[in-house]
Amino acid sequence: MGLLMLSRIQFAVTIMFHFIYPPMSIGLGLIIVIMESMYMITRKPLYHKMTKFWVKMFGLNFAIGVATGLVMEFEFGTNWSTYSRYVGDVFGSALAAEGVFAFFLESGFLAILLFGWDKVSPRMHWLSALLVCLGAHFSAIWIIVAGSWMQTPAGFHIVGQGLTARAEITDFWAMVFNPSSMERLAHVLVASWLTGAFFVLSVSAYYLLNKRHLEFAKASMRVGLTVALIAAAGQMITGRIGAETVARYQPTKLAVMEGHFAANAPADMYLFGYVDEKGRQVRYGLRIPGLVSYLMHGDPNAPVVGINSFKKEDLPPINIVFQTYHFMIAIGVFLLLLSITCLVYFLRGKLFETRWLLRILVPAVLLPQIANQCGWMTAEIGRQPWIVYGLLRTSQGLSKAIQANAVLASLIMFTFIYLLLFVLYIYLFDSKIRQGPVDANYDTHGHRAD
Amino acid sequence: MDLHLIWFILVGILLAGYAILDGFDLGVGALHLFARGDNERRLMINSIGPVWDGNEVWLVTGGGAIFAAFPDVYATLASGFYLAVYLLIFSLIFRAVAIEFRSKQPFAWWRQSWDVAFSVASILCAFLLGVVIGNLIWGIPLGADKEFHGTFLGLLNPYALLCGATVLSVCMMHGSIYVVMKTEGEFHDKVRYWVQNCIIFFVICYVILTMATMLYAPHMVDRLKLYPILFLIPVIKLLAIANIPRSISKGWDSFAFFSSCTAIVLFMLLFGLGIFPNMALSNPGPQFSLTIYNASSSPKTLGTMLIIALIGMPIVIAYTISIYWIFRGKVKLDEHSY
Repeated sequence: MGLLMLSRIQFAVTIMFHFIYPPMSIGLGLIIVIMESMYMITRKPLYHKMTKFWVKMFGLNFAIGVATGLVMEFEFGTNWSTYSRYVGDVFGSALAAEGVFAFFLESGFLAILLFGWDKVSPRMHWLSALLVCLGAHFSAIWIIVAGSWMQTPAGFHIVGQGLTARAEITDFWAMVFNPSSMERLAHVLVASWLTGAFFVLSVSAYYLLNKRHLEFAKASMRVGLTVALIAAAGQMITGRIGAETVARYQPTKLAVMEGHFAANAPADMYLFGYVDEKGRQVRYGLRIPGLVSYLMHGDPNAPVVGINSFKKEDLPPINIVFQTYHFMIAIGVFLLLLSITCLVYFLRGKLFETRWLLRILVPAVLLPQIANQCGWMTAEIGRQPWIVYGLLRTSQGLSKAIQANAVLASLIMFTFIYLLLFVLYIYLFDSKIRQGPVDANYDTHGHRAD
Repeated sequence: MDLHLIWFILVGILLAGYAILDGFDLGVGALHLFARGDNERRLMINSIGPVWDGNEVWLVTGGGAIFAAFPDVYATLASGFYLAVYLLIFSLIFRAVAIEFRSKQPFAWWRQSWDVAFSVASILCAFLLGVVIGNLIWGIPLGADKEFHGTFLGLLNPYALLCGATVLSVCMMHGSIYVVMKTEGEFHDKVRYWVQNCIIFFVICYVILTMATMLYAPHMVDRLKLYPILFLIPVIKLLAIANIPRSISKGWDSFAFFSSCTAIVLFMLLFGLGIFPNMALSNPGPQFSLTIYNASSSPKTLGTMLIIALIGMPIVIAYTISIYWIFRGKVKLDEHSY
């Protein structure tokens, strides 16, 4: 396997593994702030206990997020140094802003959130929770601005030619508010809330099914369900807006996402299907005629640019983008329906006793995670063969000073270490969840009072 | 003063901040296995418990600042030092998860494994950072294309290894003083004894490194010859170092720690003065060196980022100090500890 493929695989492995954790931190951060706010208002010990338990989960998750995030910062330089030289002027400033405005805030106040319970006033602790949550949200802003710039570059000009060409900022705010950054940010943040909410729902459902920590589980579930409903509904809106932007700025990508081949014809929407790349059509699919055209132009007969309009070397792999995109949407719709079903049962006062629904909620924690990964793949694979859309090809962004065997060595190490980390992460989460929240009859040292 | 120089100084400040803050974290890690029994080891880890994560952010932000301000330096060094960078990253990962995971299960084998991981990773990390510094002083083979043309083994030259040992010894000394400052009772007296040994280790490395630099990398002191007033820096540094054993023996632990911080900052200052205006010296072929001028971003970006730094960093420093203030005093183990 060549240097390019190995580097791409390594980037995919490291970024996708990293992307398990930050959305969880963002979502859980929000939920912790809600719970601690409820405690500050009502002063009920139950809310304090809830905050403490979810903070413990947050801490474990955050540590792996930081450890795996460190990799990302240096990987642009190690494997994609030509790309780094090309975009450094644009991309680097967003990354540096992330460090200054987000990472310091997050990690600094995390200390108080995790270890400051007895050292600061409850109000200060609540403030720390809020700042950690804000820091987590800020950290998403800058990296998504940078990532969106790679999809829809703006606010720059190209200086130099050939090997020394690079992008330089002409307008910082045009770079920050490039055409896709704000809606991608909204889409990712809402996805993160969904991730956190379903984690809380899953753990709470597990306790309810096992008839443990009932008060705790019911109260947590109420918070989780509220966030889940808002996020699941919000995801429909942000996703829709995102697709429109893709249609406007990245027509190739939209055609691939929808599996729309015909060069200039009304586009149908497939609910699912299999893309026959050789036969240049979607097989075994269920389609709604003209729906893509209708969503994009308000007219089911409006023509939409199709895959056949583009040269083969400018196209990403079609089937994988089509499938990940459709899988993401399917999960999103399912989560919305699930949240609404839970709401209906909740309003009828039966949610906590409806075992079949609770049994669905326990494994449902995986679904937002899978949707996140699919969404990531749609966005990033859909951008191929470009690393910066329309400007720099992925194959041109590679480092010149590295050899394939070095990348193979690091890739093997990553695979090994990440598998180990993942197993330990699941194991520790599982044991913390089984152990459950610390009850009031524990004294301050965590020992049972009796 | 132009923007390039300002950013050279700002990157220097970020990395010096990293050196004094994560320096003691790495030192605590390197000394970790000398602590015996679960209680002592928990004291070690919890002495850095609330702060290690924030300290590491100085490296992350320093790296981000180099990427943004000097993209060519970032690209050349990260790809040129490929395996070294990943060894460093793997050791940082293991350190982070070892701290986080160790306390989560009570089994002896579990804790022992993470103790070893924590310590080995900390030693490797400090050593590799030193190797990188050593290569930046010694120079690395660069071409007209700004790319690295050397090998991984070439990075492990004797001078760089000596720098690695020196950085490790600085961290161990710094870390041992930090633990003395943060503990009390029997363990405190035990660590006080370690400090003496760490100082001896450090002084040996430091003297050999200074001699080697004079002999083989004399360009590092050119600027001091040019501006003799700068000679005050090594003098103050020596006084600070000499003050460490003095303060420790008198029981002024905080003063010893302050002296150690001063020495580290002055080390970084001398390093910066020595390499300026190069960020990556090319050896052979010094005309290919990456300087703060030929490897930087556009003035527009440097200016924008300066505004970001001027808004952000005072706030960061203010709350970092507050957080250290909140966690001041001797470390106590409670239900929230690692």
